[in-house]
Amino acid sequence: MMGEHSDNNTTQQAHLYTSPDEMESLLLDEPSLTDRHFASSNSSSFPPFADVATHDPPPLSSPSSISRHGNPLSSLHSLLEPPSYAEAVFRSFDRDQNGTNNNNNNNNGEVIPRDNSGETSSSSSPTSMSDYIWISVSDPQKEQELSNSIVPGGNAYFTYLITTRTNMRDFNGSEFSVRRRFKDIVTLSDRLSESYRGFFIPLRPDKNVVDSQVMQKQEFVEQRRIALEKYLQRLAAHPVIKNSDELRLFLQVQGKLPLEKTTDVASRVLDGAVKMSKQLLGEVEPIETSQPARGGGRDFMRFFKELKQYVATDWGGSKPAVIEEDNEFVEKKEKLLNFEREIITVSQQAESLVKAQQDFGETMGELGLAFVKLTKFETEEAVCNSQMTRASDMKNIATASVKASRLCRELNAQTVKHFGKIHEYLGVMLAVNNAFSERSSALLTVQTLLSELSSLESRIEKLEAASSKVFGGDSTRIRKIDDLKDTVRVTEDAKSCAIREYERIKENNKTELERLEKERQADFLSMLRGFVVNQVGYAEKMAKVWETVAEEEEEETNDIIGH
Amino acid sequence: MIPQQWNSVVSGQSPRSPSSQPFISVSVTDPAKMGNGVQSYISYKVITKTNFSDYQGPEKIVIRRYNDFVWLRERLFDKYKGIFIPPLPEKSTVEKFRFSAEFIEMRRQALDTFVNRIASHHELQKSDDLRVFLQADELSMEMARSQEIGIFKKKPAELMQIFKDVQSKVTDVVLGKEKPVEESSPEYEKMKHYIFELEEHLAEAQKHAYRLVKRHKELGQSLSDFGKAVKLLGDCEDNALGKVFSELGAKSEMLSIKMQKEAHHLLMNFEEPLKDYVRAVQSIKATIAERGNAFKQQCELTETMKLKEIDLNKYRLIRSIKQAEAEHEYEMLQAESEEATRRFEMIVRIMNDEMVRFQEQKTLDMGLAIHEFAKGQARLANGIADAWRSLLPKLEACSSQTPNHQ
Repeated sequence: MMGEHSDNNTTQQAHLYTSPDEMESLLLDEPSLTDRHFASSNSSSFPPFADVATHDPPPLSSPSSISRHGNPLSSLHSLLEPPSYAEAVFRSFDRDQNGTNNNNNNNNGEVIPRDNSGETSSSSSPTSMSDYIWISVSDPQKEQELSNSIVPGGNAYFTYLITTRTNMRDFNGSEFSVRRRFKDIVTLSDRLSESYRGFFIPLRPDKNVVDSQVMQKQEFVEQRRIALEKYLQRLAAHPVIKNSDELRLFLQVQGKLPLEKTTDVASRVLDGAVKMSKQLLGEVEPIETSQPARGGGRDFMRFFKELKQYVATDWGGSKPAVIEEDNEFVEKKEKLLNFEREIITVSQQAESLVKAQQDFGETMGELGLAFVKLTKFETEEAVCNSQMTRASDMKNIATASVKASRLCRELNAQTVKHFGKIHEYLGVMLAVNNAFSERSSALLTVQTLLSELSSLESRIEKLEAASSKVFGGDSTRIRKIDDLKDTVRVTEDAKSCAIREYERIKENNKTELERLEKERQADFLSMLRGFVVNQVGYAEKMAKVWETVAEEEEEETNDIIGH
Repeated sequence: MIPQQWNSVVSGQSPRSPSSQPFISVSVTDPAKMGNGVQSYISYKVITKTNFSDYQGPEKIVIRRYNDFVWLRERLFDKYKGIFIPPLPEKSTVEKFRFSAEFIEMRRQALDTFVNRIASHHELQKSDDLRVFLQADELSMEMARSQEIGIFKKKPAELMQIFKDVQSKVTDVVLGKEKPVEESSPEYEKMKHYIFELEEHLAEAQKHAYRLVKRHKELGQSLSDFGKAVKLLGDCEDNALGKVFSELGAKSEMLSIKMQKEAHHLLMNFEEPLKDYVRAVQSIKATIAERGNAFKQQCELTETMKLKEIDLNKYRLIRSIKQAEAEHEYEMLQAESEEATRRFEMIVRIMNDEMVRFQEQKTLDMGLAIHEFAKGQARLANGIADAWRSLLPKLEACSSQTPNHQ
């Protein structure tokens, strides 16, 4: 119910129709209120709410009974004033940051503001001005795993329909759909992580290791659907990843996903860092066992094993003892670390704030309801005029409280949307951490290779020195030296690869950091603006609601004293 | 807080001072914690300003504690049957050891209202007990208080009455008679129904009002925490955006204070009057019970009289020696019956008047409370709007600086 706030009327109606809340179906008779302000109005037809069928409210003279069997909508609508300027202002701000998103809203998916459509959001590449890609995830369907079923009936899993609309050239066509399952998403994510080391790649939804019973539940499937959609949209919003082959294949190719699953983290590292290492491994293994002289080869293997271990345990864990020489980077990293720490706190406090606001609105509504009952009671049991007066006072407070409660709820729905930005940045920080880890591990690879090289060199030196002392040459040693020199050559190649890889990742880090800076500024600014404008708008509305009541009370008190 | 106009009342005809306009004004102030630990209690200064002839004027200050107020109320309830004796704030069992400032203030206000209502009631203000309460020195007050123990308050004749009641009740049970011991007039039924249901509705409203006060406090706390966190975030950034964050945080903290203030205002000016309303209705229930007792007494006396009459006639017929005694008893019963009827009818009369007064007073009280509520909320909302609005220019300036396009 928190979604669209595209139109005040619609929202109000949405509230009225969809909510089973007793408050919503409240029959609040407002003839006294309206009659006081509008000289002769027998029909409560206020222009903004003209689309709702109204019925004539009864005249003021008769004691207004609350349990009137009229159209509840008319009375309720008559409670609300036309949208204020403030609302127009803050709504326009909401639109502003959403860009073209409001056109794309459908029931299944909410488009994330950072659509990179280029119109209003900050885009770092001017060439993507007209790039447009929109993804939705829908229609979860249960399917059976055909093979390997130990359990009769087999394993069930869900597939999701992934619909893409785009005008990007690389895609064949402008609108197409495929069916994918969650495993495919994992594959896509893994492949992207390999190919785009150093980029701030959005994190995929969690695997959620739950038992099969829970997996089937609609709630779980729906949550997953939403998460998948958000993930794909974030990918599509990334200026580099949106152009990736992996994403394109995922979105467009029918049938089985044409991306290989990668299983071994180490082999990924090897792939990237050492192109020839696989050959080397193929060469080394059979010889390794028989030739103790192949010490270099064994050492090589060992350090890669260690490397694999290191990478596997590095995620978010202890920082490696790499010496990062780029001071600018170190500074930026520090700052981002601070930012991350603070953003987590802000995110938590934002959650509490929203909850407190929600509770406030709820209790206000309950108070209003209690007063409605009181009003009804006093009116029905009235035997003297003072009771009637009191009943009318209570009605004022009742309607005001209910109105205020609704306003609060609306405000909160908006606030949640705005604060969503903060929560999203928590995910962004995780992606940043990953990218920095890639950099560290790449640097470690380089440094390890460098130290390996230097140790190899020194061993060659020693051997050569020893060998030169032997008269006539030392065939064993010479052979050893040759082998070592081969190793050195391979290691040199590996080192060049590793350095290239490291530099590449550094570049990626750099561009991404710049992009993050700009986007962060713009995002937070628009978030703050949206939040503040919202607060102002709703506070103004609420003030008006209460001021009206306060004025009426004052009038009444004067009347009574006057008597 | 009851409207100012009731604090110093000009009573119509008072036998106390026929010459000048009689007035009396009381205030309960300066709560002070006395004693230690389990024995601790709060004492209040009760200041009386009056020109009543039998009061020490023009001003008298005494020190009183909660139990003194309880004593006064019990005495008044006992003596002035039919009158809706103003209610007292509840005895506190839990908070006794940790009197919070808020609790003390709430209690003080309620006690102040209590005494003033009594002092401004045309009948109650004549009470001797009130005078003792307002004027006697602390020692005498303590003595008076400790003398009041339950049943021995009653006069001997009344004691007899009770035993007789018990007697007749037993007879009834034995004889299996179902006596209608309740009034059954439609007006009475309606009034009783009204009072009982009113209490329920009011109690619910008060419950939510109290919760709303708590919500204000919680929201205030949230705003404060949020503000602090945002300020820290602002410190991370060393640019215009960072400054905006810091200002946002500061505004949030400022609003937190406003919220807490409003919470207090709501408590004292809306929730407490509502609670007072609930207590008043409960007090009426007690008076209704008194009325019921009086009615029952009257009924039973009538019944007893009838039975006695039967006996008497019997004795007259057979010229029994018991006749004389029976005659005497019958006469006594007659007198008491008349007395009981008179008492009952007086209660009915008084209650009717009191009801009218009550309704009018409550309309005033509620009107004021509702006004305060609305005013407070409007003030709060405007404060919120102003605070956030003041940020907008800075936000605008920031966004025009931030390059949105390459």
